[in-house]
Amino acid sequence: MTDITFVDVTLRDGNHTYKHQFTSEIVSKTAAALDAAGVDIIEVGHGDGLGGSTVHIGRSPEPAINLIKAACDSVTQARIAVLLLPGFGIFRDLEECKEAGVSVARIASHSTEADTTKQHIRKAADLGMMTVGYLISAGMADPETLADEARKLESYGASYVNLAESQGHLVPTEVAERVRAVRNAVSIPIGFHPHNNLGLANGNILAAIDEGATYIDGSLKGFGGGAGNAQTEATIAALKRAGHTVRTDLPGILDAAQVFADLVAPQPMPVIDNDSIMMGYANVYGGYVLPVKRAAEKYGIDARALIMKLGERSVVAGQEDAVEQEAQALAAAQAKAVA
Amino acid sequence: MLDKTQGGRKVRAAIVGSGNIGTDLMYKLRKNPNFEVVLLSGIDPASEGLARAREMGVGTSTDGAEAVFEDGNIDVVFEATSAYVHRVNAPRYEAAGIFAIDLTPAKVGVPVVPTVNLAQHDTAPNVNLLSCAAQATVPIVHAVTSVVPVSYAEIVATVASKSIGPGTRDNIEEFTHTTSTALADVGGAAKGKSLIIVNPAEPSILMRNTIYCVTGPDVDIEAIRKSVEQRVAEVQKDVPGYRIVLEPFIRDDHVMIGVEVAGAGDFLPTYAGNLDIINAAAVAVAQRRLVGVKA
Repeated sequence: MTDITFVDVTLRDGNHTYKHQFTSEIVSKTAAALDAAGVDIIEVGHGDGLGGSTVHIGRSPEPAINLIKAACDSVTQARIAVLLLPGFGIFRDLEECKEAGVSVARIASHSTEADTTKQHIRKAADLGMMTVGYLISAGMADPETLADEARKLESYGASYVNLAESQGHLVPTEVAERVRAVRNAVSIPIGFHPHNNLGLANGNILAAIDEGATYIDGSLKGFGGGAGNAQTEATIAALKRAGHTVRTDLPGILDAAQVFADLVAPQPMPVIDNDSIMMGYANVYGGYVLPVKRAAEKYGIDARALIMKLGERSVVAGQEDAVEQEAQALAAAQAKAVA
Repeated sequence: MLDKTQGGRKVRAAIVGSGNIGTDLMYKLRKNPNFEVVLLSGIDPASEGLARAREMGVGTSTDGAEAVFEDGNIDVVFEATSAYVHRVNAPRYEAAGIFAIDLTPAKVGVPVVPTVNLAQHDTAPNVNLLSCAAQATVPIVHAVTSVVPVSYAEIVATVASKSIGPGTRDNIEEFTHTTSTALADVGGAAKGKSLIIVNPAEPSILMRNTIYCVTGPDVDIEAIRKSVEQRVAEVQKDVPGYRIVLEPFIRDDHVMIGVEVAGAGDFLPTYAGNLDIINAAAVAVAQRRLVGVKA
């Protein structure tokens, strides 16, 4: 029976589903509803975090700081968090966020490259923020590697290490192995962030908690990359059913889910469709689900073939250019075959 | 200190920083008959670079830049340490009259990307080579801005995990600022942004650089392709493994281009083309300043 700190990422990871087009209005109303429901931490920003609004990933209509300020001004209890991938986000972004009222900075890298985050973890800590080490695509690294990377994050001063299973590729026993390995390597708390490509998000959460995870990420209506994140409102219900304690109340979070759904209508929830199943199975980063669909349509190629190519290349997050390039290559091969 | 070699005397070169970049540079300079690598100096006695240098009979030290001043007879120092370290050493090189070529993102001196502005900086005491990604992408941005105005240039350098060492990993903030600024200041875009993606896949991937130039949708793509093709050919003279992998094409309001860099495999295997592109620039700068006519 674990006391869980709930981190809602609707307003950051959910931006992937909304093509990075969240507005300050969507953010302020959703954040207020999440806060009223007792959510501990609310993460806000572009899908790829601070500095993510790029040609490469997708451009946002408003500067991220507007959304972040809107969130900070809309809550009374919840802490507001930002995600930062070094190379995308810079020191100045952290300084602006701190000024706006952000108190949690999650500094991210691919799951094998934690040492690229040291500078920014230290910067966030110097600014007085709670800093978190965030390992993207945790399902692309084996348990021992994750443990090594977690040790590095702990040594840099991270307050907890968040294992983001960005692909929705792992099954509960594999999640358990990883959380266990990390638990045996560090003294700081462990967080878990599943995706639902194989329908395993909530099951994986319960397995992670059984091995010692105490921070859990979810998103309203499952908005997020791939087939979406763990669906916050369902996760809260499942946590309570499993006997864990969490500050978030069920009626409140159901209301928040409705508020959010109305604000983003007619955008539907992410679903476990064929493309996202293939991506989960082939361990391909969930953020590519919409770029893959777009490229398949644009070049007249099979999305499944494109996904398999990306899987073969072991692409990591941030390789949207590989999606375009492989699609072109497939189209060229197809044209040649027909000729 | 001298401006040009006379009567065939070799340029006495020192390299400070025995990591991936510095060690690869040592191999490249040794292949060049105009240079004598008298010193590879680092701080880590267990470094692979220093071991290789000893094997090859190159002078070594673990005293960092101090060894350069102790020698007292260095014509050019190439520094491949980290931005923070170079900022400390740079004024000392200048005071000692030693020409300094900076391979860190410290950006103390003038920024040079050889195919763009090599001829414009013949007297600066310190030349900065920005970053591996800048050397790989600024030529392309410049090739585009030579044809059409670019309001915003964005580059993404995707590199193999094994190709970047602790120096780079500790300097992503500096790398980001330096490279982003260079896309504008040297490349000619009105504004720039740079991203770096590290991929641990095995076998290690070749350095891949994607360039996006926001131009508006109405551009002469053929003229851009021609300009980029010519520029790639120029870079290939020193880096034969530099090639286009995504032909320039218009996508919405921007042009998208992809280049790949395969290295010569002098120190690290060929996936580490990031080393070749910055070291080729280093040699080109040193050659022009100290050797005169390019060999």
